[in-house]
Amino acid sequence: MRVAVQAEPFDYGAESAAFAAAAEGAGAVVTFLGVVRDNGGALRAMEIEHYPGMTEKAIAGIVEEAAGRWPLTDALVIHRHGRLAPGEAIMMVATASRHRAAAFAAADFLMDYLKSRAPFWKKEIGSDGAEWVAAKDEDEAALGRW
Amino acid sequence: MTEIDVLYFAWVRERIGLPRERVTTGAATVAGLVAELAAREERYAAAFADISALRVALDQDLADFDAALDGVREVAFFPPMTGG
Repeated sequence: MRVAVQAEPFDYGAESAAFAAAAEGAGAVVTFLGVVRDNGGALRAMEIEHYPGMTEKAIAGIVEEAAGRWPLTDALVIHRHGRLAPGEAIMMVATASRHRAAAFAAADFLMDYLKSRAPFWKKEIGSDGAEWVAAKDEDEAALGRW
Repeated sequence: MTEIDVLYFAWVRERIGLPRERVTTGAATVAGLVAELAAREERYAAAFADISALRVALDQDLADFDAALDGVREVAFFPPMTGG
């Protein structure tokens, strides 16, 4: 299990390949990539603030929770912070398990919890100003699925 | 009275105008601390006007506003998180 919180870009292809190559005993690997949307050309940049220390601790707790619910052989979370341009990779999740149902469910669970329980805050920088992204009610409601 | 580090993130940080400060407080709970801070100046009152729009972490774990401050060294206030 690995958690990385970083300003630097990451290589989704290389990370996915390395994760899959190391996933011994797994019959299924699921990966997810989150990318900065350009909002129809209106977005100049996305600034992601985080809470150093708590971020790593919160994500590790979420991964541990997932590993307790599904028989994962491995999991990976990489999440960036700082200033990102439209089209840039924000974060990725990878899960490995003997069977695909657990790998898919755990990846979905990780995404739902990372959205509302990991201390990141997004700010959209547009051509006519900057605005904090408001948390959505449906993101909070999504946690109820689990 | 005890000294604790108080941290602010996102629009809470912007509204108050600083990322962190050391606070001397006699408050027993988070809500008591919020009341002390909100009474300081208009910018604090504005930031804490609606605590239903805020979340709090005690020593880097999410907590409730009625949680006790006993032994807590770091309190953080921030809006609902928007990761992923």
